[in-house]
Amino acid sequence: MSQIPLLSILIFLPIIGILFMLLIRNNSDQSSNNLKLTALWISFINFIISLYLLFSFNQNDPDFQFVEQYFWIENGITYHLGVDGISVLFVVLTTMLVPLCILASYENIKFSIKEYLISFLALETFMIGVFCSLDLVLFYLFFEGGLIPMFLIIGIWGGERRVYSTFKFFLYTLAGSVFMLLAIIYIFIQTGTTDVETLLNYNFTRNEQIILWLAFFASFMVKIPMWPFHTWLPDAHVEAPTAGSVILAGVLLKMAGYGFIRFSIGFFPEASELFAPFIFALSVIAIIVTSLIALVQEDMKKLIAYSSVAHMGFVTLGIFTFTVQGIEGGIIQMISHGIVSAALFLCVGVVYDRLHTRDISRYGGLVNKMPIYAFSFMIFILASLGLPGTSGFVGEFLVLLSIFSINTYFAVFATTGVVLAATYSLWLYRRIIFGALIKDELSEMVDLTRREILIFAPLLILTILIGIFPKPVIDIIEPSTKKIVSQIENKLK
Amino acid sequence: MAHSIVLFPLIGFILACGMSFLKSNSTVDRLSEIITSSLIILASIFSFYLLLTNLNNADIVSIKLFNWISSGSFNADWSIYLDTVTRVMLVVITTVSALVHVYSIGYMSHDSSKPRFMGYLSLFTFAMIMLVTADNFLQLFFGWEGVGLASYLLIGFWYKKPSANAAAIKAFVVNRIGDFGLALGIFTIFILFGSIEYGEVLANADSVKDASFNFFGYEIHALTLICIFLFIGAMGKSAQLFLHTWLPDAMEGPTPVSALIHAATMVTAGVFLVVRCSPLFELAPIAMNFVVLIGASTAFFAATVGLVQNDIKRVIAYSTCSQLGYMFVAAGLGAYGVAMFHLFTHAFFKALLFLGAGSVIHAVHEEQDIRKMGGISNYIPITQIMMIIGTISLMGFPFTSGYYSKDAIIESAYLSNSLFADYAYILLTVGVVMTSFYSWRLMFLVFNGETRMSEEDYRKVHESSSVMLIPLIILAIGALFFGFLFKGYFIGYYSDSFWNNSIVVHHLDHDSIPLLIYYLPAFLGIVGFFIAWSMYFKKSNLAKNIAELNMPLYKFLLNKWYFDELYNFLIVAPALRVGHFFWRIIDGIIIDGFGPNGIASTVTKISNKTKQVQSGFIYHYAFAILIGLSFIITLIIFRF
Repeated sequence: MSQIPLLSILIFLPIIGILFMLLIRNNSDQSSNNLKLTALWISFINFIISLYLLFSFNQNDPDFQFVEQYFWIENGITYHLGVDGISVLFVVLTTMLVPLCILASYENIKFSIKEYLISFLALETFMIGVFCSLDLVLFYLFFEGGLIPMFLIIGIWGGERRVYSTFKFFLYTLAGSVFMLLAIIYIFIQTGTTDVETLLNYNFTRNEQIILWLAFFASFMVKIPMWPFHTWLPDAHVEAPTAGSVILAGVLLKMAGYGFIRFSIGFFPEASELFAPFIFALSVIAIIVTSLIALVQEDMKKLIAYSSVAHMGFVTLGIFTFTVQGIEGGIIQMISHGIVSAALFLCVGVVYDRLHTRDISRYGGLVNKMPIYAFSFMIFILASLGLPGTSGFVGEFLVLLSIFSINTYFAVFATTGVVLAATYSLWLYRRIIFGALIKDELSEMVDLTRREILIFAPLLILTILIGIFPKPVIDIIEPSTKKIVSQIENKLK
Repeated sequence: MAHSIVLFPLIGFILACGMSFLKSNSTVDRLSEIITSSLIILASIFSFYLLLTNLNNADIVSIKLFNWISSGSFNADWSIYLDTVTRVMLVVITTVSALVHVYSIGYMSHDSSKPRFMGYLSLFTFAMIMLVTADNFLQLFFGWEGVGLASYLLIGFWYKKPSANAAAIKAFVVNRIGDFGLALGIFTIFILFGSIEYGEVLANADSVKDASFNFFGYEIHALTLICIFLFIGAMGKSAQLFLHTWLPDAMEGPTPVSALIHAATMVTAGVFLVVRCSPLFELAPIAMNFVVLIGASTAFFAATVGLVQNDIKRVIAYSTCSQLGYMFVAAGLGAYGVAMFHLFTHAFFKALLFLGAGSVIHAVHEEQDIRKMGGISNYIPITQIMMIIGTISLMGFPFTSGYYSKDAIIESAYLSNSLFADYAYILLTVGVVMTSFYSWRLMFLVFNGETRMSEEDYRKVHESSSVMLIPLIILAIGALFFGFLFKGYFIGYYSDSFWNNSIVVHHLDHDSIPLLIYYLPAFLGIVGFFIAWSMYFKKSNLAKNIAELNMPLYKFLLNKWYFDELYNFLIVAPALRVGHFFWRIIDGIIIDGFGPNGIASTVTKISNKTKQVQSGFIYHYAFAILIGLSFIITLIIFRF
């Protein structure tokens, strides 16, 4: 372990940034500018470091890399970090979205900007930590720790019903995670370790697996979220400030998907196999039901939030097929959704900043005033409805392909979601962008500023690039996915 | 050369769309028009070169560009695949597209966003080329949805019109229903063959001809299932019965779009798909019968609706729908070459009709209702001549292009011995009369008789500029002569070496047809003409009387068999109701009510109750202690 502890640097750099920011006073425009710049630079440097991580990542090695392990609490509970092909992309997704979020908050956070930025950097630490942890206790710490800054971001800088939403969000996810904590304690008592690498090779008895699987499931299904435990998500999104929604949809939901892959099917393959039809059923219900709900929404953010639930339904469908295509499809779907839904919430943020309403009926004909905005929004809408050539298609296609080979019922019903997605997405777009510009209050709308273009450009490029040439992404994911699949197959024999 | 055919439209699209963000001025507009048009014209010349140099023993060229999706055993590449089917399609696509690009320079000359329009046209062309040059089903799917996107953008091009927006969404969503079938077909193909490359799939079709596939718990003949799935995709794109409702509405788009997308190219993608997969369909007779059934029914249905429509473009749209039905009948009967032939000739005469209609609409100041036209033949003679050429080709007048291809379809139906073929033969033959009738009805109402326009408008009727007329003339040449010129290759003596195994070729004995049957379609076409002539040219009240005689039937046809209303009632409205129900009732009342909100309020209630226990009065506590003590004592005493 002579190399630089890259992962620890990634995790704790934002905390160091926070220390700096604590030293800056916040009493003038000048100082709040300094704060923004500090936060932006810290997160940007972190992004550069994560790119270095990505490029020095060995694609052919299915095992954990950049491993760090230090004594922490006990012999079985260590400070153990590492990334493999499945987690490394989520780290980069996180570090990419945080600077964009800070950039997106430049104008629209009117008070306590210092505390706001500190919350964001703290959140970044927790999020990266989740994807790098190779110890269950450490994972749990980061997983739950992230709730606190998010709780504050929604609860302080959110909309009118922010208190209700933030408590709903916090308590809902916390309640789910209590079961996971119990499961982790049980695992430690039973095996004497919470080390992920060790546990991946440990064989739990069937009954243990079922109980523990359900405990982990309770946590992840709330977080991802699966129907019928999704109702916190639209509320949280609606009230959260733009950047909060971006992180919530872009990264926080993915933690659960990651957890499903790493822990649920990794530790408990037998139970996963047993419960797979149950997951399929819930996913398909989610896809159809939430798409239908999205169809009748009047609030832009709620519509996108409901569509997120549908998109996550594809993720869980794919993961529990235990096939290479399914799991890869699920991961790509998560990455893509991380980019696309983040961008869609940013799109909502752009017009919200100008008109201060999320009510779809208040808009219409924006293309007349905002052609660049209309163009970007169109690309993201198309990605969201899974048009081939955008990132949204790759994941969805692989997932549906794999589920079709397992069960045609679920596949056919899930595929109808694609039709519904087209309907609600285009209908949303049509109501906001197209039509004549007749509403007086819209006549002053200005197109994207340079800062906003800077935010959208990387997301736009990635959406298209992953859509037409996803090979680099798949190459990173594939070895680790194959390893997981073969491990499961071995254990199930 | 193949590379440039694919790339040129893409370059045109990117440049033109880039220009659309610039400040609009005449230089930018003109530049975008010149760039996109000349790129496509070049592509068109290349396509012709590729076809004409490969008329005999065409070789199959397969170029892999780069990897697209590869996951586990699944692999799909970006590719260019050229065989005769592709070459024919390329000629159709690039030629019509080039002419439409040029025509649009004139047609859209008063529009304020020309670069965007030209860009979208090029985007469409690119997607369509990707569709036909795919060497695997996934790239085909890319093109399939890509043309859907371009169609959506172009139908909704005049985004200020609510009806255009609605039509655009409808087109995309209905097409997506078809795409849903196509996607399922691709999944099944991958599971059955372990690959989605044409080379692998089509060559190995024989080895899995007895395989079955478990679908919804039933063991179904796998190839039949695949073919039906693929055909559902084709039905969506080619506007066949039940999934046709988007095509008439798509006429909201600018007329050049209708000519390019909704007549000549995109809507024929379904026919292309069936022809491309002919080795699979050959082994799935049930699916073939299904194709014939739907095709014949569509041909008949659309023709009946076309009889009474009053919008010039909608009449032609229903005619397109109907002619696509003819092509599917041919494909379903195994006469793939004939289907491709009709696709080829139809592209020319139908694009001609649409562009001619555009010229008419231009002349009469954006009016589309044929009841408000009439008497303009002297003012726009060239347009009229061109449209007459299109019409006689469509009705199958002897020795025009349509005559060769359409007759071949009807003959194929006559020669095939099955119930479905007989059904198709009858409907198609009746369809010929109707086709001729509605075409001539249109012509007479538009050009002849007393004018029904306002005085002021009538005086301003004028012939279109030459930039619009030249494309018409070129298409007219195709509509007149291409049938005769290419007959031998597509369906005649040279067909084996022309197709060179890119499709399955069956030789039917066309010489054995009795003369009566042989001349029947041409005769019926002329009958249709005379009915239209007597009803609309001779100015009798016959048309009105017939309509009044049978009002319910007229209404039924005028309202397009009430498909839109039916779908609204059966699908759209319930979907919205279910959405509301799940949102308000399930999410709002049940999940939240019993879940978070319910728990929260229960906790509050319980704690409100329990906090009353902490009253703060000593005697309350003393009383509780006393009760408890006596309870424990009682317990102890009775235990022992």
